[in-house]
Amino acid sequence: MTVVKTQGLSKTFGDFKALDGVDIEVKEGEVFGFIGPNGAGKSTTLRVLLGILKASEGSAEIFGKDVWKDAVDIHKRVAYVPGDVNLWPNLTGGEVIDLFGRLRGGYDKKRRDELISRFGLDPSKKCRTYSKGNRQKVALIAAFSADADLYIFDEPTSGLDPLMERVFSEYVDEAKAQGKSILLSSHILSEVEKLCDRVAIIRKGRIIETGTLKEMRHLTGSLMFIETHQPIPDLAELPGVHRVQAFDGGWSFQVDSDELDAVVRHLSAFGLKRMESRPPTLEDLFIRHYEETETGAGGGV
Amino acid sequence: MSQLFDHTWSLMRFILRRDRVRLPIWILSFAFVSAGVVLVFENLYGDDIERQALSETMENPAMIAMVGPNYGGMDYTTGAMTAHEMLLMTAAVVALMNILLVSRHTRGDEEEGRLELVRALPVGRLSTTAAVLGVLAGVNALLALVTGVSMAALGVDSVDFHGSILFGAALGATGWLFAAFTTVIAQLTQNARATTGLSIAALLAFYMIRAIGDVMSEPLALSSPLGWILRAKPYIENEWWPVGLSLGLALALSILALYLNSIRDHDSGFLPTRAGRTTASSMLQGTFGLAFRLQRTSLIAWAVAMFILGASYGSVLGEIESFFDDIDLFQQLIVQQAGFSLIELFIPVLSSVMAILASIPAIMVVLKIKTEEKNERMEHLVSRSVSRVRLVFSYWLLASLTAVTMLAMTGLGLGIAGNSVLEDSLSFNTYLGAPLAYLPAVLIMIGLALAFIGYWPNIASFLWLYLGVSFFVVYLGELLQLPEWVEKLTPYGHIPAIPLDEVNYGMLALMVAIAAALALAGAYGFRRRDLQN
Repeated sequence: MTVVKTQGLSKTFGDFKALDGVDIEVKEGEVFGFIGPNGAGKSTTLRVLLGILKASEGSAEIFGKDVWKDAVDIHKRVAYVPGDVNLWPNLTGGEVIDLFGRLRGGYDKKRRDELISRFGLDPSKKCRTYSKGNRQKVALIAAFSADADLYIFDEPTSGLDPLMERVFSEYVDEAKAQGKSILLSSHILSEVEKLCDRVAIIRKGRIIETGTLKEMRHLTGSLMFIETHQPIPDLAELPGVHRVQAFDGGWSFQVDSDELDAVVRHLSAFGLKRMESRPPTLEDLFIRHYEETETGAGGGV
Repeated sequence: MSQLFDHTWSLMRFILRRDRVRLPIWILSFAFVSAGVVLVFENLYGDDIERQALSETMENPAMIAMVGPNYGGMDYTTGAMTAHEMLLMTAAVVALMNILLVSRHTRGDEEEGRLELVRALPVGRLSTTAAVLGVLAGVNALLALVTGVSMAALGVDSVDFHGSILFGAALGATGWLFAAFTTVIAQLTQNARATTGLSIAALLAFYMIRAIGDVMSEPLALSSPLGWILRAKPYIENEWWPVGLSLGLALALSILALYLNSIRDHDSGFLPTRAGRTTASSMLQGTFGLAFRLQRTSLIAWAVAMFILGASYGSVLGEIESFFDDIDLFQQLIVQQAGFSLIELFIPVLSSVMAILASIPAIMVVLKIKTEEKNERMEHLVSRSVSRVRLVFSYWLLASLTAVTMLAMTGLGLGIAGNSVLEDSLSFNTYLGAPLAYLPAVLIMIGLALAFIGYWPNIASFLWLYLGVSFFVVYLGELLQLPEWVEKLTPYGHIPAIPLDEVNYGMLALMVAIAAALALAGAYGFRRRDLQN
């Protein structure tokens, strides 16, 4: 079942086109990663999904309802943590968490206290004294103590220490195990890699890639490192080979999956001394996508 | 040791650069107002008899409490009159300016983390505090000089050079004293709000101590900086010791502030901070509770201020008859009508002014929506199951309740103080009815504020301009003999003068309907637009 679905979603601010036909789909029980650099349109998309901004074109639905018209109904089942958490300086963290719980129409008090102790937050302090990480914790505690069906996180761990990042991952896993959906935007790729089932990459307001990590890896191919007895003059010109770099006495490069066989055959003629291969990390995927689209479709495809 | 003050000079230039617009405006406004008042008084009260009449009305306790003892006596020249009626109020505003500037540049910067960036550079540990004190010493000296010279330059006989410079110096010395005082407070408290709040509270306390002292006991008056500075008595006795006393104390406080700064940690204060609530109270249940909780302190302060405003007007009611007989200027303010006492004529005029002032907190409640939106705190609410209409309604409700409370507080203050000085008490229906009759006008202002929030949030501040124009028109319309339609441009111009006029309920109902329509339109607009930040 689809929880979030957008079609041709566009948003313009004056002349600036922040979103240009975004299509994403988050299914029930999955953790969906939404990655892209600063200013690519991640937060704008999330804000449209939350009915904070009104889409200029296209449609966006959560639980099959229109995100703008039925915002209040939808929000009863959604928990959101913004990337930059600003809280009321003269309220304490505890007051804010309770207020958020009440605005939702009730929350589990025991779970709230458990979350507070797991995240190590002092709820008696005024929000003005909190660091960025502590403000983030307030928002995360409020979100996780809500019994929501969809969690939307916008760079949730920026400002958290590694221990707290782990606590966060645990709660994400727990939510997923309960069949809840999570839409997580981030540019911390290792986190997305660890947590997410499917990923969408956004660039300049357009989705340039969607799929599971496995699918994307298949598209991208493997990273290889070789050392040969004889020099290979035309390595960079071979079809399906990208990002050739001299490295540690040999060459490292990326090979498209469908060209892998041909490339390896060709290389073996030069007398292989060493050959290593590893699947690309999300970072490799991401950087390759960006390099490709930066230099036009050229890039080597 | 010398390293403590490294780069103080560059930091001073940096402060001047940051405030290059604000500081000249402050300084020039003080010079302009002080010199302007000299001219106004010189033109309005041209001869000795008129001035003497005014001098006598200044002899009653209420006026002494408000502006200080009348030291002019038989010699109530334009100069003496200006200094007597203006020195205290101007000094208090100069003090306020210093409090706001110091709080911003000390605790404000520290709280926002900007000071941390500066401290990470090779500057001395005390340089920032020293720079603030240094800049304000210069600013207050310049203020003293510019104000004194502008007044003396008018060429009014009784406003001589010596007195004018003393008047300016009294302002400047008080200013620097409060700058140093606020710097000390900034070391004690832990954030800018507390610094500003405590310093302003102290300023008010000094004002009250002086008021009580001036009426009842000279030594008590002399224990307040605002009390001793009045003993400078410019243009008559020209005493310099109060200025010297203020400057000496300011220097001592500056040193104390620097010492406290040197022994405390960055981001900490000396006053203990109370741990807050770990859970929300039952008041904080939803959007209305939040709107109230966020503005609770300021609303309570406004209510107290409104009561004091009403009470201070009320306390002079007893003097009004003699006041009006002597000064024909004020007679024009009030349309003479048969069958009512002068006091009953005066109440609606006071009420119109108080109603406009009481509108300020009500409008502020609505404009808080904009602040919340800009600071991205609105997102926490609308991303939960809170409709925007409900949000706006909460603020509207709070604003309306604020309007009722503030208007009632002015009436209450007026009545309690008024009936304690009047021989023939008036009914509280009159005292409360006159300001509360302005409720429809305030509701229209609230509706307008919501309409701005709904459609043009970025120019919502224009509402303050409209309020300012309303104040001008209502307060001075009669005196300047503006045509009647000008007065009708503001909602306040449509309110009947209670107890003089027949109450036109149809008109009031129409105003309430317009106010409701504006509010609904605002809610509709807010429902439809993007949230901004």
